[in-house]
Amino acid sequence: MGIPENVKKRLSIPADEYFYAGHTACQGCGASLGLRYVLKAYGKKTIFTIPACCSTIIAGAWPYNTLEANLFHTAFETTGAVMGGIEAALKAMGYKVKGEDGVMVVGWAGDGGTADIGLQALSGFLERGHDAVYIMYDNEAYMNTGIQRSGSTPYGAWTTNTPGGKKHFLEKRHKKKVIDIVIAHEVPYAATASIAFPEDFIRKLKKARKIPGPSFIQLFSPCPTGWRSPTDKSIEIARLAVQTAYFPLFEYENGKYKINMPSTKKEPKPIEEFLKYQGRFKYMMKEDIEILQQWVNHEWEKLKKLAEVFG
Amino acid sequence: MTEYKPIRKVVSGNYAAAYAAKHARVQVVAAYPITPQTSIIEKIAEFIANGEVENLQYVPVESEHSAMAACIGASATGARAFTATSAQGLALMHEMLHWAAGARLPIVMVDVNRAMAPPWSVWDDQTDSLAQRDTGWMQFYAENNQEVYDGVIMAFKVAETVNVPAMIVESAFILSHTYDVVEMIPQELVDEFLPPRKPLYTLTDFDNPISVGALATPNDYYEFRYKLAKAHEEAVKVIKDVGNEFGEMFGRDYSEMIEKEHIDDADFVFMGMGSLMGTVKEAVELLRKEGYKIGYAKVRWFRPFPKEELREIASKVNGIAVLDRNFSFGQEGILFNEAKGVLYSAKSKPVMKNYIVGLGGRDFTVDDVRKIAEDMKKVIEKGEPDVEVDWYHLKR
Amino acid sequence: MSLNTLFGEKKEAAVKISLESIGEYPEAPISLGTTLSNFTGDWRTFIPVVDDNKCVKCYICWKFCPEPAIYIREDGYVGIDYDYCKGCGICANECPTDAITMEKEEK
Repeated sequence: MGIPENVKKRLSIPADEYFYAGHTACQGCGASLGLRYVLKAYGKKTIFTIPACCSTIIAGAWPYNTLEANLFHTAFETTGAVMGGIEAALKAMGYKVKGEDGVMVVGWAGDGGTADIGLQALSGFLERGHDAVYIMYDNEAYMNTGIQRSGSTPYGAWTTNTPGGKKHFLEKRHKKKVIDIVIAHEVPYAATASIAFPEDFIRKLKKARKIPGPSFIQLFSPCPTGWRSPTDKSIEIARLAVQTAYFPLFEYENGKYKINMPSTKKEPKPIEEFLKYQGRFKYMMKEDIEILQQWVNHEWEKLKKLAEVFG
Repeated sequence: MTEYKPIRKVVSGNYAAAYAAKHARVQVVAAYPITPQTSIIEKIAEFIANGEVENLQYVPVESEHSAMAACIGASATGARAFTATSAQGLALMHEMLHWAAGARLPIVMVDVNRAMAPPWSVWDDQTDSLAQRDTGWMQFYAENNQEVYDGVIMAFKVAETVNVPAMIVESAFILSHTYDVVEMIPQELVDEFLPPRKPLYTLTDFDNPISVGALATPNDYYEFRYKLAKAHEEAVKVIKDVGNEFGEMFGRDYSEMIEKEHIDDADFVFMGMGSLMGTVKEAVELLRKEGYKIGYAKVRWFRPFPKEELREIASKVNGIAVLDRNFSFGQEGILFNEAKGVLYSAKSKPVMKNYIVGLGGRDFTVDDVRKIAEDMKKVIEKGEPDVEVDWYHLKR
Repeated sequence: MSLNTLFGEKKEAAVKISLESIGEYPEAPISLGTTLSNFTGDWRTFIPVVDDNKCVKCYICWKFCPEPAIYIREDGYVGIDYDYCKGCGICANECPTDAITMEKEEK
């Protein structure tokens, strides 16, 4: 079966499938789509390590594997360290790592496992310069444990430990800029990506493959369950995150910034567009939305300046 | 077999560990500095810098937790992995020790026994390693630098046979930084004794990919615990065989998990682990000349625990003085506790007394052994100890 | 079971694995099969229905299916593997020509 040969060349992303159906991701899960794209980009000569996160489940409970690739399940805070160990072993055993035909070592971790508990191992991984790709799929909270706020949760979001209520106890901190922390390590390649733009994501994955040293990609990955959003809106919400400049797409390569939004000419849409389908934002007051909008504006201006000065 | 001509070197316990790792042809070393372990990894770094080793990847991680995580990644991929740590570092690794054993990875680690803080201490104390008792690791306690060297090489062979990680434990400073003659084995003979690793699984078969360590429901988890338990049982036999083979090849026999002497004519024996047993051995020989009917039982392997050997010893003596340089709060010395548990089902039960000695590196001397021997004599005469747990070194 | 799938023979060969005795277990917790034996189609409340007359063969639905449960037929139109489709509705939401509609599924 598969895909007819004459159709294959018309597809905008690779036809080959290395991500098996039958997995147990929620309906409309962004993370499962992200994994599907990573496997399309890298194929089966890949070693994944996945820490505690939704993908622990998505990748298959024992005795099943959802990936047609080798996978080592690991502890929450260890992704970067395990990647380093795998890469070192491959080199000691004489394998070519990264590059066009080398073995790909991929860390696939959630935002909690990256921005919070795994930040130290990520930092170590980045500064030691391992030849591997770390992908943070960002669904902006601890979803697997039941929607608790993480460092990557945005201002104004409801989660189960920022539950709103009479005291208006919502998330009061802006989203931690993990990508900026990564860039502070002066890595050869870092980028943001979105499941709504798979061609862009796969292009970035392929670029990361070619560039020696550690690469980092932060993938925006909606979670209908945790965001209280309709399951069919996952792609639309991810697209709006980019179009509102809430989650701009850009690359940092050898010290240079490049914005790759669908269009940098157009003014970003107002933040309400991003918020509208998501129940997690429904408790926000007008002032809250204004605070979030100002943060988005500020960060967007900053990014544009960086691209202008270090473009 | 090529004729065995040992290479004699005067080295510290830590350098003995580093040479052993080198001779075992480890492929990945991931480690983090901590006193008094650091000179192990410094020496290994030096081997690399001097071009004395080939295909060794050194990963200078940012914590001990990551050191063990990186060793786990390396070992799962198929490499022979080694690390070393102490005390706080070992405690930080704790989560990943379970991971290494659960994923059945034969990593070998040297732990330089050091007291846990606070108060800060960098000196000898076994509570750090014994607190890792239930992680699924094997534990070997070295009495001297030679045993550190031999232990690391044997540990790889045992670990890779049963697919269970192993910890070689040596005393802070007493061994780690004290120089002594160590008989090293020429590389080609180590290679003969310890061939390249044959992994249970690897992450490099790209046509038949696997996942390792996925979520197991209550319907399956139990069976994997049983497998690990059986592997430890199997290890008892493997340890004896490997120890015997080592003895035949290199003249130092390790087929006993408990090294014992004068058991057959001893009224009571001293039992303990690690470097303090070196002091005990010397004291026992002196005291026997003075007419004491005593012996010693040095527990080399704490995990798997040598139950049969201990029951055998217990059947021959009237008393056991258990020396613990460690303590389990709310209970007693850890070796004492374990030994009592094993002997509960023994036919003959000797009188036992627990002496808590040398915590945080306090000196344990021949004179201490003499005093304990005098005390033990009274215990045996009376048929029961005055106190079960004696904080022997306490300033009263 | 339908062979209309991206996974063809692999799907056909997929079996549920249930081990009955300790001897059947591997020494380490390594996987023994794929998730293809797990038919998630029964999660569905709404079912996507494709109207070939409106389909322009852009494959956007195929691209965005998180299972993946959308395959491409020999004639170039898309089909849905209902054994796996959970009914999230992304395909219908993203279809530029409204060729896919979500209908309440009678079971």
